[in-house]
Amino acid sequence: MRPILMKGHERPLTFLKYNRDGDLLFSCAKDHNPTVWFADNGERLGTYRGHNGAVWCCDVSRDSTMLITGSADQTAKIWNVQTGEQLFSFNFGSPARAVDLSVGDKLAVITTDPFMDLPSAIHVKSIAADPEDQTGDSVLVLKGPQGRINRAVWGPLNKTIISAGEDAVVRIWDSETGKMLKESEKETGHKKTITSLSKSADGSHFLTGSLDKSAKLWDIRTLTLIKTYVTERPVNAVTMSPLLDHVVLGGGQDASAVTTTDHRAGKFEAKFYDKILQEEIGGVKGHFGPINALAFNPDGKSFSSGGEDGYVRLHHFDPDYFNIKI
Amino acid sequence: MARQGSIATQQPPKLRWGELDEDDGEDLDFLLPPRQVIGPDENGIKKVIEYKFNDDGNKVKITTTTRTRKLANARLSKRAIERRSWPKFGDAVHEDVGARLTMVSTEEILLERPRAPGSKAEEPKAGGDPLAQLGKGGAVLMVCRTCGKKGDHWTSRCPYKDLAAPPEGFIDKPASSEAATTATGASKGTYVPPGLRAGAGAERTGSDMRRRNDENSVRVTNLSEDTREPDLLELFRPFGAVSRVYVAVDQKTGMSRGFGFVNFVNREDAQRAINKLNGYGYDNLILRVEWATPRTN
Repeated sequence: MRPILMKGHERPLTFLKYNRDGDLLFSCAKDHNPTVWFADNGERLGTYRGHNGAVWCCDVSRDSTMLITGSADQTAKIWNVQTGEQLFSFNFGSPARAVDLSVGDKLAVITTDPFMDLPSAIHVKSIAADPEDQTGDSVLVLKGPQGRINRAVWGPLNKTIISAGEDAVVRIWDSETGKMLKESEKETGHKKTITSLSKSADGSHFLTGSLDKSAKLWDIRTLTLIKTYVTERPVNAVTMSPLLDHVVLGGGQDASAVTTTDHRAGKFEAKFYDKILQEEIGGVKGHFGPINALAFNPDGKSFSSGGEDGYVRLHHFDPDYFNIKI
Repeated sequence: MARQGSIATQQPPKLRWGELDEDDGEDLDFLLPPRQVIGPDENGIKKVIEYKFNDDGNKVKITTTTRTRKLANARLSKRAIERRSWPKFGDAVHEDVGARLTMVSTEEILLERPRAPGSKAEEPKAGGDPLAQLGKGGAVLMVCRTCGKKGDHWTSRCPYKDLAAPPEGFIDKPASSEAATTATGASKGTYVPPGLRAGAGAERTGSDMRRRNDENSVRVTNLSEDTREPDLLELFRPFGAVSRVYVAVDQKTGMSRGFGFVNFVNREDAQRAINKLNGYGYDNLILRVEWATPRTN
């Protein structure tokens, strides 16, 4: 395959997200402008101007009309996808790290970093149907985990919130009461910071990637460990194919160590693993830095990766990818 | 699709001068004008003109007209098609055509597989013989030279080894037990490697099995750079069971270094391969095939 290279960001990529139809690709980077691209040919549709810091995460509503972004400028903003107009801004006392819209797009979970003497927190905000009525009040604030909470996503039927972060523990919270329901155990859980979390297409399980050089597959309801994928470098990004039983891990060395080594030694590939056999299928090379973000098109026929090198690489699979046998 | 006449299903076979004399003379297809293809034009209409002899021996012209229509991409939802025509916004508005923000990679990127498709990961199995695992792939014919059983075990693992007397004139003699005992007995005081000392041969395992087979190793030099292990296997397999094929590859460039080794299960096969393939022209180079280690006797 010949990947499409998109050089719209000046700084390292942080997050990638496809809309539900799979025709738009949203990219977030440490420069201040989230960008939307056509997912088939990689043409840039527009940028969302207004943030004043690195943008860490984004999510798009099911009907692809509303985008929510979380940024290090201590805000999370809601945007009109079509025009790039800012509709609302949630202000926090610390950088916003992860955002995720609930099923139905009525609620959003936003995590904030520990900052000054503020601890990290998970905020649940209600999203008004009409942006005019939008308020900044939190429905619920969860506190407790130490360190950054790198990802928080909604569980089945919006009943739970799953969070993971620097303390290497995956937690499941009740989204009504704010009580912690489950927590991953020391023995089976990750040993280092969890950098990424990705739900399966059907929402029955999810995958976490960690700096302990592994990725783990969990049941979303019971938080039982299903599989572990071991690799030889820290994992910064994970995603799962909605079509085949494949998981993709992206990573590499720390950005600080990159310049000291040859790029071939950096292991900046997106590694494909068989979800069930936990065996490596192959790697897709190309980035000149660690991979920070990965996303699969909802049709499973293409995926994109975003790297520390500021490039988004959009890969449309060759037909023989779909017949890979182990 | 409009269509006149009938479509000739098979094309006249490509004519080769060497085959002309052998033809029975009835096949005169080569006298016909060649097949003509016109189009497809902007409407997708393509014309194919073919000539053929009918049963009466008359020349028939067949014109086939086909029209190909492109279907709109049905996968895209209505909403997505709508989004296609959205005006650009943000920084994308000022994008000039030459901005080259989006480029198609000039480099072909493949999903690089960690090992050849179809092969299994090498698991360090306790007591697992690497050759035995190869044998499962069907490349090696496993024949026990002690009991003559096929495909069950290797000679060294023969359960009847102790029962059978060592055969006379054993060509592929392992550098182990009996030979070593006599050697140590004959020359006391000279250094004997631990692996060759008496008693060391009793519990020999897979790695030694491989070493012993090195005696049937054939070195192939002057290989072209394009030659890969499967090519070599294909070349040598007709001579007998092959247990290992190796092509030296430069670690840095990934290019073949132009030589390789082929191990045969049977020495006779190896000898035949050498006789046949030494000086054989392969990929525009003349192969040099010889025993990998100078014969010791």
